[in-house]
Amino acid sequence: MSAPARTARTRPATTGSRQRRRAGSTPADVVLLLIGAGFLLPLLWLILASLDAEAGHELRIPAEAGADNFAAVLTPELLFRPLWNSVVLSGGTAVVTLVAAVLAAYPLSRYQSRFNRPFMYTVLFGTCLPITAIMVPVYGLFVQFELLDSMPATIFFMATTTLPMAIWMTKNFMDGVPASLEEAAWVDGATRMAALRTIVLPLMRQGLGVVFIFVFIQAWGNFFVPFVLLLSEARQPAAVSIFSFFGQHGAVAYGQLAAFSILYSLPVLVLYVIVARGADGSFALSGAVRG
Amino acid sequence: MQLPATARQLFRYLPVLPAVLLLLVFLAGPVLWAFHASLTNAGLTGRSARNPLWVGLDNYGRLLADPVFPLSLFLTVVFVGGSAVLGQNLLGLALAVLMRRARPVVSTVVGTTVVAAWVLPEIVAAFAAYAFFSGDGTLNQLLGSLGLGRPDWLYAFPMVAVTLANVWRGTAFSMLVYRAALNDVPAEVTEAAQMDGAHGWQRLAFITLPMIRGSITTNLMLITLQTLAVFTLVWVMTAGGPANASTTLPVLAYQEAFKFGDIGYGTAVASVLILIGAVFGLVYVRLLRERNP
Repeated sequence: MSAPARTARTRPATTGSRQRRRAGSTPADVVLLLIGAGFLLPLLWLILASLDAEAGHELRIPAEAGADNFAAVLTPELLFRPLWNSVVLSGGTAVVTLVAAVLAAYPLSRYQSRFNRPFMYTVLFGTCLPITAIMVPVYGLFVQFELLDSMPATIFFMATTTLPMAIWMTKNFMDGVPASLEEAAWVDGATRMAALRTIVLPLMRQGLGVVFIFVFIQAWGNFFVPFVLLLSEARQPAAVSIFSFFGQHGAVAYGQLAAFSILYSLPVLVLYVIVARGADGSFALSGAVRG
Repeated sequence: MQLPATARQLFRYLPVLPAVLLLLVFLAGPVLWAFHASLTNAGLTGRSARNPLWVGLDNYGRLLADPVFPLSLFLTVVFVGGSAVLGQNLLGLALAVLMRRARPVVSTVVGTTVVAAWVLPEIVAAFAAYAFFSGDGTLNQLLGSLGLGRPDWLYAFPMVAVTLANVWRGTAFSMLVYRAALNDVPAEVTEAAQMDGAHGWQRLAFITLPMIRGSITTNLMLITLQTLAVFTLVWVMTAGGPANASTTLPVLAYQEAFKFGDIGYGTAVASVLILIGAVFGLVYVRLLRERNP
C-alpha cells in the first residue's frame, strides 16, 4: 500500500473511531457496570448499616432509617479523643516528613554531584521494604530505648516510612522550579536557605500540599504501626480504637461500627478529592515561568 | 586547596542530614536489628527480654522444622499471586481498557467506586470485607438468592475470601497506572493497526500491551511489594485462621512475636519477609535505572 493511499484512508477511520468513542459502546458499559457493582456492594453495606439501628452482617434496607448510630458514637471517649489522636499523629507525621523531605530535596535538586543518583535510588529502595516485616524489629528497638507508647517516637517512625516517597515527590516538584529564579536573590546576598524559603517554597506550595496530604492520608489510615507501638487507650488513634471496640467479633453493634467507620473515613475521602482535583494544576507549574 | 572544596561540598549537603538520620535510625536500624535479633532468643517479657542469649541459627533451623512456616510461605505466594499478579493486575488492565470504550459517565462512576475502596482506611475496608464475606453477609445473600448455597467463606475458604478482598481493595492502583499508560499510547499507532485489519484483541495483544510493557513490569513490582506486606485485611477477616489456614508471613511474624512472645523467632520470620521484599525491591530499582539512564 502506498503512503498517500494510507493517509487518505486514515482520515475517515479516525473520525469514525472518535465518533464511536464519544457515543460509547454498550457491551463495554454493561461489563464495566457489572464490575462496578461488585466493587460497590461491600461499600453499600457500610452505608446502609450505619443508618440501621438493628444492623447485622447482611445487606438490607433499614426498617427505620435514622441517625441513631451516629448519635451513639458521638461521644468524647468513643470518637473525639481517638480522632484527635489521629489528627495529632497524622499531622505530626506529615509535618516531620515534609520538613525533612524539603531539606533533603534542595541540594539534590540544585547541586550536581555523582552522589545524587545513587542516593536517590537507595532511597527508592527504601520505599520497597515491607513495613509490616519491620514492625517486630521496630517493637524490639522501641523496647530497648524505652520509646513504647510515645507519641513523638511513633510520629518519627511513621514519618520515616513515608519519607522515601516524599523525597522523590518533593524533588520532582522542586526540579520544576527553575534555578534562574533564585539567582537574583543570591545576587542580592540572600543565603541558599533564605532563597529556598522565600522563593522556591512559595512557588511549589501546591506540590507541597500534594505531598502533605499524601502523607497525611497514609498516616490516617495506618492501623498496624500505632497498634503495635501505642499501648495506652488515651493515645490510640481512631484506626486502633475502632478495632479494640469492635474488632473482637463478639456481640458487636454493627450499626455503630459502620457509623464510626464513615465518620473516620470522611476526612481522607475529602482530602483525596482535593489532591485528585489539584494534581493537574501543580504539574503545570513550570509553564507559568517559562513564558 | 582540595580540602576546603570538599568541605564546602559537604556543607552544601548538610540539609540532607535530618532525612538521612531518620532513615538510618528508623529504617536501616530496625532491619539490621532484625537480622541480629533473629539470632537470639529474645522474648517479649521476662529474663529473655532484658538479656537475650545468642542462639546462632537456631531460629532458622526451627523455621525449617516448623510445619507452619512452609505453609505460610506457600499461602503468601498464593495470596500475592492470586490477588496482586492475577487479580489486581488483570482486573485493573481490563477496567482501564473498558473505560476507554465505555460512555464517559459510566467510566467516571465505576472508576470512582473502584477508587473509593482503595482510599478508605485499611481497617474500614477490612471491616467491610469481613461483613461482605461472613456467613450471612452480602455475598451469601446473593448466592443464596441464585440458589447456589451459602458456604461460610471465612471458615471454609479463608484464602479465597482474603484474596478476593485484597483484589477489591487494591485494584484501583493498577487501574490508575494502566489508565495513564494507555493515555500515553499514540492514537495513530492503533489506528494504523486498525487500517491493516487488526481486530480489537489483536491490537491489544500485539500493539498496545508491548507498548506499555514498562508500566506493566513497574506495576507488577509495586503491587507485589504492597501485597507482600498486607496485614490488617487478613488479621481482621480471619486472624490467620482457622488453624493457620490463612496465616501469611506478616501474620505469622506478628503471632510468633506478640501472641507467643517469642521476639527472636518472630524476627526470623520477619527477616525472611524483609529478604523477599529486598530482592523484589532491587529488581524494581534496577528496572527503573535501566529505563531512565
